[in-house]
Amino acid sequence: MSRKDPINIIMCGVGGQGTILASRLIAAAAMKEGLEVHAAETIGMAQRGGSVFTHIRLGEQAHAAQIGKGRADLLIGFEPAEAVRMLGFLKKEGKAIVSMQPIRPVSAMLGMSPYPEEEILSFLKEKVSGLTLVDSVRAAKDLGSSRCLNVVLLGAALRSGALGLDEEHILCALQERLPEKLHALNERALHYI
Amino acid sequence: MHREFLMGNEAIALGALAAGVNFVAGYPGTPSTEVLETVARRNPGTVYVEWSVNEKAAVEAAAGAAYAGARAMVTMKQVGLNVACDPVMSLEYIGVKGGMVIMVADDPGPISSQTEQDTRSFASFSKIPLFDPSSVKEAYEMIQEAFDFSQAYRTPVFFRATTRIDHAYESIDVKDPGAYLVHRAEGFVKDSSKWVIFPGLSVRNHALIEERNAALTDTLSGYPRNRILPGCGAAAEGQDGAAAECPFPRKAVASHGISFMYTLDAFQGKARPDILRIATPFPFPEKLAADFLLGKEEVLCIEELDPVIERALIYVAGKYGLHVRIRGKLSGDVAPSGENTPDSVASALAAFLEEETLSGEAAVPGEVPPLPVRPPVLCAGCPHRASFYAVKQAMKGQKTFYGGDIGCYTLGNAQPLDMCDTCLCMGAGINIAQGIGRVEPDTKCFAFVGDSTFFASGITGVVNAVYNQADVTIVILDNSTTAMTGHQPHPGTGRTMMGQVHEPVKIERVLNAIGLTCVKTVDPLDLPLAVETVKRVSSEKGVKAVIFKSPCAAITKPDSRAAVDPDKCIGCKRCIRELGCPALTWDGNKAVIDSGQCTGCLLCAKVCPAAAIS
Repeated sequence: MSRKDPINIIMCGVGGQGTILASRLIAAAAMKEGLEVHAAETIGMAQRGGSVFTHIRLGEQAHAAQIGKGRADLLIGFEPAEAVRMLGFLKKEGKAIVSMQPIRPVSAMLGMSPYPEEEILSFLKEKVSGLTLVDSVRAAKDLGSSRCLNVVLLGAALRSGALGLDEEHILCALQERLPEKLHALNERALHYI
Repeated sequence: MHREFLMGNEAIALGALAAGVNFVAGYPGTPSTEVLETVARRNPGTVYVEWSVNEKAAVEAAAGAAYAGARAMVTMKQVGLNVACDPVMSLEYIGVKGGMVIMVADDPGPISSQTEQDTRSFASFSKIPLFDPSSVKEAYEMIQEAFDFSQAYRTPVFFRATTRIDHAYESIDVKDPGAYLVHRAEGFVKDSSKWVIFPGLSVRNHALIEERNAALTDTLSGYPRNRILPGCGAAAEGQDGAAAECPFPRKAVASHGISFMYTLDAFQGKARPDILRIATPFPFPEKLAADFLLGKEEVLCIEELDPVIERALIYVAGKYGLHVRIRGKLSGDVAPSGENTPDSVASALAAFLEEETLSGEAAVPGEVPPLPVRPPVLCAGCPHRASFYAVKQAMKGQKTFYGGDIGCYTLGNAQPLDMCDTCLCMGAGINIAQGIGRVEPDTKCFAFVGDSTFFASGITGVVNAVYNQADVTIVILDNSTTAMTGHQPHPGTGRTMMGQVHEPVKIERVLNAIGLTCVKTVDPLDLPLAVETVKRVSSEKGVKAVIFKSPCAAITKPDSRAAVDPDKCIGCKRCIRELGCPALTWDGNKAVIDSGQCTGCLLCAKVCPAAAIS
């Protein structure tokens, strides 16, 4: 990959999980590095408990915000089934950061829709060579909050090397966006993995 | 100039402000809503902004402002243009004095709409010039050009973007407020030979419009955003590439909007043929297109929704006697409906150029395990769930019809509520219920309508019902906001986009004034009273109404959370099965409430047969 190729990132999860803040942090950090940023996210009706995703592209060679299949350098999955749903976007040597905790939709609870948890997790482990699984239940317990999963995953993405951004810039973007009383917690979350 | 990370709709708003817009009106609708909201939020203090009662009102108010010489903008989604169609069609015959831009957000897919209609087709029907941007950055610049163009030609213009531009974000350079153009409206000058649409004026102006649009096909051939990108060979290592010879001298591609960007992305670093980019599909830049087609054997049109460019190129080829085959939707090379994606565009281009692939290689190309579907659902604590449940309980065992409408409450159609039998367009449910009742007099007909929809286009349906002596129960779901599009105020809230707070327009009084004598207002979360009220009201003859009044759960802070007592829960799943609340989950034996989602509405507690929830 030449430096001119954009860095393509897919984030996915369920409405309300904080994917939007995570994408704003990446965008703000990239802009601090002088990169051009394109992004697209789910807005509107689908946000109500539906599958949500964000495409982010960093660098001047990107035209549309949408990423093609097999073109993402990094996939950040806030929920395992949603990560599998978007897996087709991940390129051959791409990295994936995925939270292990499933979120079952009403349809699965009513028995109208499948949720084979074991199969989904073992599929991810078997098929994705660049996978980091994040135990978000334990992370929430260790950090004392379940509200910073997005920043935990962002930290793991930094560690994977596929994000290509400076940690200082992410931290700086975090401090600019969040109220001061949340800075310490989110800094710990960023360094959790 | 300074750099901001902006949503397409925000960029359009800032572009309009930079162009000196004086007056902005609109009606909320995904994916257009953020344009007007951003104008209000970034208003330098010189702009009048309103959420109008519907799109027709918005266009008419903006026309008045533009008659008086102001620069005006109207914002709406594509189906909103159907509501505004009447004034828009006539306005083109009259023209404007200040610049007037009708910003319409199209929704290929459709992602949040009833139809996949293409405003580019509406442009040629209404004879109104249309601007079609390809990116957030271009939208910011192009809307400023659209204002200048509108004012120069004294015609309203369409500015049409699609969801993937309206809701995309880009880091772009925008003007500082000090650099905004200052446009002063000179005022309305009375002249009934100009502003009053009589047949004599219409026939004269129609001829002038046709003459102007014919001339514009030449003028717009020189508009720099209508352009030909010359083909090139594959980029050599470490080079930008344009020097290498194009291996496709006889083939070419024509595109527009976001599909043009998908086309450029597909050819990134690879050899590509000549590309024609159309920014003004109407009037179509014919001369430019004829130059482009000259010497070509085949052209593939990559476009979204209607084959507008494809038809225009076929026409140009015929008109100029060019022997070239135009391919696209009409030839079956591109899907005739639905949204384009980077992948659909890459595979159409690869097939056309007989290249092996222009797509990426996926890490996991094959089958994946079965995945849960996640259709959008009513939020936890949504008062609509309680309203639907109350009506369902009250009417148990009776033959009923439930007319739905446009808003969050359309989601009442999902299992387990299943309380939305039809949905067509804004305000239609009230009239559809009347039609069903005429054919099936033994059916108890209900029409559910939200507060914002009631004001937008529900009132005429109620008048129709009263006038024609229908037998229908109108159920107003009043959550004191326009929830679906992100909580905009409306006449029933008394708050305006200029920050004023005044006496709200009261739905109950409107219904009384129309002639309804049976109008009952009840809190849907008070389940027994709500059920009793529905039973009583629906047993009356004629037109009657229940107003379910309870604020949207997304704009109120929960004061408590419900919890299941596992010792009392008998595991009957009734709460889950009957309500479909996303906060209710199942641990394998007992119901569990997700305290992160629960708002403490306690509807589930009223449904639980074992009193296990409190």
